[in-house]
Amino acid sequence: MLRLENVVKSFGGVVATNDVSLNFSAGSLSAVIGPNGAGKTTLFNLITGHLVPDSGRILLEDEDIAGKPPVDIVRKGIGRAFQIASIFPSMTVEQSLMCAVASHFRTSEALLSVFPPSDVRQRTEELIELLGMGSVARLLSANISHGDQKLLDIGLALALEPKVLMLDEPTAGMGPEERWQMIGTVRRLWEQGEMTLIFIEHDMDIVFEVAQGITVLSYGAVLAQGTADEIRSHPQVVEAYLGTETQAEASQ
Amino acid sequence: MTLLIEFRRDLLIALAGLVLLVAIGLGIDHAWPRDFLTSIFAAGLLAMSLNMLIGYTGLVSFGHAAFFAMGGYIFGLLLQSPAFTGALGAGSVPVALGVAVVGTGLYAVVIGAICVRLTEIYFAFLTLAFQMFLYSVILSWVDLTGGDQGLMGGIPRPIFLGIDLADQYHRYVFCAVLFVACVMIMRIMTESPFGYTLRMIRDNATRAAFLGVNVFRVKLICFVVSSSIAAVGGVILALFTSGAYPEWAFWAQSGEAIFMIMLGGLNVFLGPILGAVALRILNDVVQMYTSHTEIVIGVVIMFVVLGLRRGILDFVKDWWVEKQQARLAAENRNGQE
Repeated sequence: MLRLENVVKSFGGVVATNDVSLNFSAGSLSAVIGPNGAGKTTLFNLITGHLVPDSGRILLEDEDIAGKPPVDIVRKGIGRAFQIASIFPSMTVEQSLMCAVASHFRTSEALLSVFPPSDVRQRTEELIELLGMGSVARLLSANISHGDQKLLDIGLALALEPKVLMLDEPTAGMGPEERWQMIGTVRRLWEQGEMTLIFIEHDMDIVFEVAQGITVLSYGAVLAQGTADEIRSHPQVVEAYLGTETQAEASQ
Repeated sequence: MTLLIEFRRDLLIALAGLVLLVAIGLGIDHAWPRDFLTSIFAAGLLAMSLNMLIGYTGLVSFGHAAFFAMGGYIFGLLLQSPAFTGALGAGSVPVALGVAVVGTGLYAVVIGAICVRLTEIYFAFLTLAFQMFLYSVILSWVDLTGGDQGLMGGIPRPIFLGIDLADQYHRYVFCAVLFVACVMIMRIMTESPFGYTLRMIRDNATRAAFLGVNVFRVKLICFVVSSSIAAVGGVILALFTSGAYPEWAFWAQSGEAIFMIMLGGLNVFLGPILGAVALRILNDVVQMYTSHTEIVIGVVIMFVVLGLRRGILDFVKDWWVEKQQARLAAENRNGQE
């Protein structure tokens, strides 16, 4: 589905993405983990067109999308949500989603109808139902809770019915209970959506519980990619990243 | 057809507004309401079209009056040319209007393609720079534009379709129709899906791009349409004053339009019109007492900005939205309990 081949990106002297080759199979649910500064968000920015790789190929269904502008990549089916919820503060939740749906329906430059066109309204209602945001639909995006803002951000990406949905820390800034609730929603959306989902996450409990495949980044390079069990027992990962925790568990 | 059905409510309001304007202009046996309203049509179109950029798209232009002036000058220059009126005869006025609007639109394509890539202060200052460039051209190209004297000697207007724009009643109705038609075009622009895409760009252009919106193209379309509508404002003022003057292209003209928007409100469709009316009345009233109009108006604007911290209609809208949001939030809380 999504394949990276020898992707390199450096900023000045810092190599943020160092010869990364990865494969995300169609319909999979994968997590990207790694310490701060490991290049997780940079990797997302490269895939979604926010950054242009210095070299290497990024293949979406065998088409090289490396270096294409975000608009094109979105149209090819890669949607993303952001670490800090990227929303439209002065619009209501409903209006924001309608705008995203209109864009997906290629009617965002339409002039001959009053906003929203009926097909957009209908699809948005389904989407609000799916997200479970009915109670906040008519509130301004600026006025809803942090968790709802993160969910709205995901909803905006979901409105595009992406083949690949990339979530940059969907649980960032949340309390433990809220985290599990959010990741439960993410998983439900993935199960219902027939899409490849890739998310960045810091909470190891969540990652091992939810993700089928895990990619570990360290200093911009891929340390390991595999199933949860493979990662748990991967010697380098244990040493470099999980270290103490797993050893502590083993010694118990 | 779909347009007529979809926007039937707005079209009816526009029609009612036009009838009202015509009734005021023709019903009152005095030139003042006609003159006052005609100047509002011109200034209102400048301010409203500028607000499509400022209020709806988040692009604060300091150089919008350039397009206003360009419309007026193209219109005036064409009609002052004997070759033009000789060749087109009765068609002179409509063709001059069309050329003024389309010509300004084409100029705006070039300027916009350069400017809309930038945002915030960079956009503001580049538009200002292009406006002052035009101002200098008008001042220095004396043979064509009359330099600092402006287009002198009046603008001939051959009668077309029975409309004689030298007649003050005909002229008033003609300007009112142009004004209402342009307001309606802006209404369609802002209430269609396109208009909501403008709001997306204003709120968060990066996110809009990641949702598949071609931000550059949408901004450019908005820039060109709003410039063309400003040109119509210039044409109205050229008809009204029977000339065209370099001050129209001076930065203060853009500044006045921004004052109107700030005074009336930038998040309500008709806010800039209210601002235009308020500023004009204020100007006329103050002028009766003192010649230091700028100082007095400056103080009033300062009070609005510091007191309300927004335009008059924005203040009303925010109050209403906050009330509604609080009610919805309360309903949610009750629902959860």
